[in-house]
Formats: sequence, C-alpha cells, structure tokens
Amino acid sequence: MLTAEDLPRSPYQTYHEWYSSQDPAHLIQKTRDAENIFRRTGITFAVYGHADSSEKLIPFDIIPRIIAAREWRKLAQGIEQRVLALNAFLEDIYHKQEIIRAGRIPRELIEKNVAFLPEMIGFRPPGGVYTHIVGTDIVRTGEDQFYVLEDNARTPSGVSYMLENRETMMQMFPELFSLNKVQRVEDYPRLLRQSLASLAPAGCKGRPRVAVLTPGIYNSAYYEHSFLADQMGVELVEGSDLRVIDGKVKMRTTRGYEAIDVLYRRVDDDFLDPLTFRPDSALGIPGIMDVYRSGNITIANAPGTGISDDKAIYSYMPEIVEFYTGRKALLENVPTWRCSEPDSLKYVLDNIADLVIKEVHGSGGYGMLVGPTATKKERADFADKLRAKPGNYIAQPTLALSTVPIFVNKGIAPRHVDLRPYVLVSDKVKIIPGGLTRVALKQGSLVVNSSQGGGTKDTWVLED
Amino acid sequence: MLGRTANGLYWMFRYIERAENIARLVDAGLRVSLTRVGYSDEDWHGVLESAGVREAYSEVHDTLTAADAIDYLLRDSANLSSVMSCIEAGRNNARMVRTALTRETWEATNEAWIDLKARLSKKLKPADLPELIGVIKHRCGLIRGAFHGSMLRNDLYNFSRIGTFIERADNTSRILDVKYYVLLPSVSQVGSALDNMQWESILRSVSAHRSYGWVYDGDYQSANIADFLILQVQMPRSLAYCYEKIVSNLGYLAEDYGGRIKAHETADAIRKTLKQSTVAEIMDQGLHEFLEDFVSRNSQLSAEISDGYRFYQ
Repeated sequence: MLTAEDLPRSPYQTYHEWYSSQDPAHLIQKTRDAENIFRRTGITFAVYGHADSSEKLIPFDIIPRIIAAREWRKLAQGIEQRVLALNAFLEDIYHKQEIIRAGRIPRELIEKNVAFLPEMIGFRPPGGVYTHIVGTDIVRTGEDQFYVLEDNARTPSGVSYMLENRETMMQMFPELFSLNKVQRVEDYPRLLRQSLASLAPAGCKGRPRVAVLTPGIYNSAYYEHSFLADQMGVELVEGSDLRVIDGKVKMRTTRGYEAIDVLYRRVDDDFLDPLTFRPDSALGIPGIMDVYRSGNITIANAPGTGISDDKAIYSYMPEIVEFYTGRKALLENVPTWRCSEPDSLKYVLDNIADLVIKEVHGSGGYGMLVGPTATKKERADFADKLRAKPGNYIAQPTLALSTVPIFVNKGIAPRHVDLRPYVLVSDKVKIIPGGLTRVALKQGSLVVNSSQGGGTKDTWVLED
Repeated sequence: MLGRTANGLYWMFRYIERAENIARLVDAGLRVSLTRVGYSDEDWHGVLESAGVREAYSEVHDTLTAADAIDYLLRDSANLSSVMSCIEAGRNNARMVRTALTRETWEATNEAWIDLKARLSKKLKPADLPELIGVIKHRCGLIRGAFHGSMLRNDLYNFSRIGTFIERADNTSRILDVKYYVLLPSVSQVGSALDNMQWESILRSVSAHRSYGWVYDGDYQSANIADFLILQVQMPRSLAYCYEKIVSNLGYLAEDYGGRIKAHETADAIRKTLKQSTVAEIMDQGLHEFLEDFVSRNSQLSAEISDGYRFYQ
C-alpha cells in the first residue's frame, strides 16, 4: 500500500485516508462480522485428507487489493494475448500440429502427455472454442513487473470467492464504494451464461439449455458449483442425473428426460466418460464423448484442454504465444527448469535450497517443495524423488513477490499475494476487471493455496 | 427440474416440519410433568409413541426416564427423528438442492443448523429446555418465513409445500391415535381433571390450546377436540386443513404439467372423506380405525407423488 517514502501508492490513496480515520476495534469487529457472513452463507470448502473438516472457511482479509485502471489495462492485454494463443495452440495440436512440425515443441512432450487426448484429434468443438473459462495466475514482483505462474485452462475454481468477497465488502463497508470508483465484477454469472449459451451446438434450436456438472456435495468446490448454477439460473447436475438417450445427453426431470445443450463441467477429463476414459468413474456420463463428437452437446471447457496448462508445457509458453500471435508475449513466464533435461536436473539438484519444485501434473499446492523454507531432511527426501522421476518435475526460482497490506490485530502487515483474473472466451475474450487475490497469511510464506492455509481478499480495479 | 431436486425439496420440508413437531411434543410432555398431580416418568411413553420412536427408544434404553426420553427426542443422533437428526437431514437436503432455494431460505436453514448444532451438542439441563424449545420453533419459523417471502411460486414451491403438509398430517394423526382412547365418548362425556389435562396436552402438542377456545368457546369436550384436529379447516394443523393445501398444491402442479396423475385422485378422495364426515360418524366407525386408515392413505399418497413426478435420490 505504501511507497518507499511511506506514502500510499496512488490507487490506495483514498482507501488509506479512510483507513486512517477508522477505529481499530471497529475493524477487528468487522473481521468477525465477515466470518459470520461467510459461515451463514455456507461459503465453505473441503480439505481432502482431513477427517474432521468436511466444511471449512477460507480466511478473509478486509483490506481490498487495489489496482489502478492503467495497471489493469496492461495486464488485460497480456492475458487476452495469452488466452488467444492457448486456444490457437489447442486447435493446432489436435489438428495440423504445425508447432511440432516447426520444431518449436518436442513431439513426445505432447503425444506422451496424459493430458493430451487422442479422442480430440481432428475434432473441432462448437465455435472453435476450447477454453471457455480461464483463470490465469499472476504474481507481481515490481511496480511494472508481472509474471504468469499458471494458465489454469481446465476447470479454474475460485470465482465464487471473487463474487462473495465483493458482496461481503459492499455489505460491510458501503461507504468505501462511494469513495472509490470500483469496476463491477457482479456481471460474471450473467456473462458466463451468455458466453456458454452462445457456443451451443449448431443444431440447437430455441434457448440453449445449460447445466453445471458437479462431482457432488462432497467435492471441495461444491459450494462454488451450486453458487454458479444458482447465479446463472441453470440446473446443477451430477453424472447420475444424466443419461445418453437417442444421441443426446438428457437429465432426469420431474417431467421425464430432457436434453442439455451446454454442459459446464467441473469434473476432470478422466472422469467424464467411463466408456472413453476411466472405466471406474462414477462421476461421469457413459457415452457423453460420442454425443460430443457427433456435435450434439457443448462441453466447457473442452476435453483435452489440460495439455495447454500442463506444467511441462508451461515453460514453452513464450514460444507458443509468439508462434500463434506473431508477437512477443506481453506477460512474462517465470524462468523454468525442466528436470527431464539432464543439465537442468543437475542445476536444480545443486540449487535445491533456492528453488520451488513442482510436480508437473499436480495442483492445489500439493506435492511441491519450497526450497528456502524447507528443512534439510525435506530437501533431501525431495531430491530422491527428483532423481527417481525427473520428468515429473519442474523448478522455478523463488520470486521476490510483492506484498499487499492485510489487517491483523495490531494493524497493518505485509503479506505475499497472487492474483487470478477470470477470462471468458466465446467469439470474443472478456476479462472480468478484478479476480481472486489469494494471500499467504503466514508471515514470510509464499504459498497462497487455500488447502495450505491461504486466505483471500477483495480485488478492486479502479475506473480511470 | 431434476427428479432428485424435487425429492430433495420434498424431504427437506418434511424434515423441517418434523423437527418442529417433535419440539412441540416435548413441550407438551414437559407441561404435563409440571402440572399434573401424580405425574410419573411413564408419561413419556405416550410422547415417544406419538413421535413414532417408542420401540427404537427401548432398543437403546432399558428404563424410561424423563431425561433420557427428552435427550433421545431432541439430540440423539441414533434417533433419525430427533430434532438434531431432522435439522441435519433437512440441511443436507437443502445443501443438495441449494440452487433451488433462494439465498434467504438457504441462509435461514444453514443458520438453524449452526445454532441448533451448538445448542444440542452438550447434555441438556432441565432449566434450559423451555428456551431451547422456543429456539427450535423460532428457527423453523424463520425457514418457513424466508421460504414464503422469497420463493418463486413454481413447481418446486409446490413440491416443498406438499412435503410440509404430508408430514404435518401424518404427525397430527399419530398424536391423536396415541391418545384416541381419552377422546372416546364412552369413556367420559364430561371431563374429569385427568381428562382435561390429557386433552389440553393433545391441544398443546399441536399449538392449539388457545385457538380451541376461540372456535368452541369454553370447555374441553372430547368430540370437539377430535373435530378440531381432524375436520376443522381453519385449524392449520388439522387433517382437513392439510388436505385442502395438498389438493390445491397438487392442482397447481396439474396445471403446470398439463395433466393429472394418480396422486390427484387419491388426494381428492381423502379430502372428500374429511369434508363430508362428521365427528359422530367417525366415532361410530371407530376413531382408532379411522386414524389408522388415514395414516396409511397419507403415506400411499406420498408414494404416488414420488412415483408420478419421478423422484429419485
């Protein structure tokens, strides 16, 4: 919030004045109020592997993160470029594979990747859109220096927190929204529904029927699935509610079976169709891939998009962006060592104490090593894993992440954050001005994942 | 709407209704224990019976004490009809059908669960019971109020309402059946002190001990009490009232879905019986037989609705 001279950075100016006039005890009370609002609303998530914690709250910080319009425009351009490149890349690798033929990406990296689905080869999804919803993870290291951490092109989660955080802030501090001109995020569900409906299969007549597919109430993100279905005004379905009948995917309603045109699925590829993928999946719909390939349903995001946000592919993103857009990437990648390459592996093992090492296919902060904060033993154990399966890992330097202020009992304290803006793709790319800011609540920590004790805060993009 | 959602709503409202009814039964039981001369813990047999859990209770308890019975009825998770189990089941169903509920309805349900879970997690002290029962009724009332004030009047509203009234009719008929013998004219025409206490307890367990006076001015008479709980359409927990509502909610569904199902015939027939009978006829035919027959037709209707509208779990 403050510059080196201890003055508020310009987007924070108005907020800082307001904050200075507040009674700290009042703000402590507000933090408690926020928790009550979240608990009452049932905004909870589940942490896997904890028997006694079926429903937990994500800690919420009451100080908004504020981004100036100018900063945002720059970010948005970079994100748009990247998302367009991702779609072009997917179209290419499932069709002509020009990027491989041009020698820019090794063939085996694509074709031996579990996220690459041969079933998608030669198939063009309705409207040519692969990644309907993208959540690009971004970190800031300096005034004008942003890096993309991950592209999240499969089923990015967290958007309900973006919306509920805003809702909560407006309820608790209405005056702040008349003092500051904050760009709206509330339109997201409506835009999402429009965007999904506009990509219904060509044969769909009348108003397209949209549904959200959830693994069920025990899934960690069930709250979000029900929230989005509710906000869009569409059905929330589970695999067992659906059946393939007469070449269509239909749901069991009180009036009989009715067809679905667009399925926003929050179920991974593997579980989507037991006839095509994992035969033991109880979450999917047997035969849905046949319906999909015959053009009778739109699945968002398209199966097989995982290949574009795979951590092994990530390191090639600068090449990918340049190859398809003809311009240098506006947003930078974090330098990445691919442990599959012997030189890189050696470097990573030698410098393990300074690096963050991630599993190529992992997510949610599971199975990673943060070198600088790990113990000697943890590092040694991880080094063994690396040597055993180098192709499973990538490594990145620990960045000097920027911090933002959070509210603690003693006042304001700096913590590291990242930012996940949400992007909708149809015939155009829409980026919601704002996003989910995740905070590493532990002092000095760099891990922001909610499953690892991270929190969230409202994210404001100001108008000019 | 998914058949699973319809089923979830229907059961959500049955469970919320049941939680409230059980709280009322305990309230009536407590009242008896406070006012009656010669009261004994044995009196809780009737309450357990009305709640439909007398046998289940004896499987876990060798003896009957007031404290055990109250604990079993309010907070025992082994009792699927305890207030806590009902609130838990109601809230789980609500969570499953979250998208079918307005935010207000969901929040009222979720808050009821959070609050009652905290209150019912520890052993109950007799001194806290009146407040606790008040809170249960209050919480259930908030859910109902939020539901009325905010839900769209479409098919999901009708499924929810039907769930409420099927449960309520079942409950009222069971309360009557457990005490049917004290209502028989052959036993007494003019109430003794004991009768008065029994009758008041019946009325209290359906929150009708005040309204009775407005309708039948004055003294308790067994025939009037039976009339009030079975045939009086103004009384919101009477069988007749429940069936007025069920028939009208089913009527909206028939309009909405463009046709009637078997359940419509069954509901019409039950309503006709309730509309055309007099208390004297029911007594002649046998009050117990009448109530037994009602309970079974009421559950048959529930099954037909579930079939006809393709409910599933």
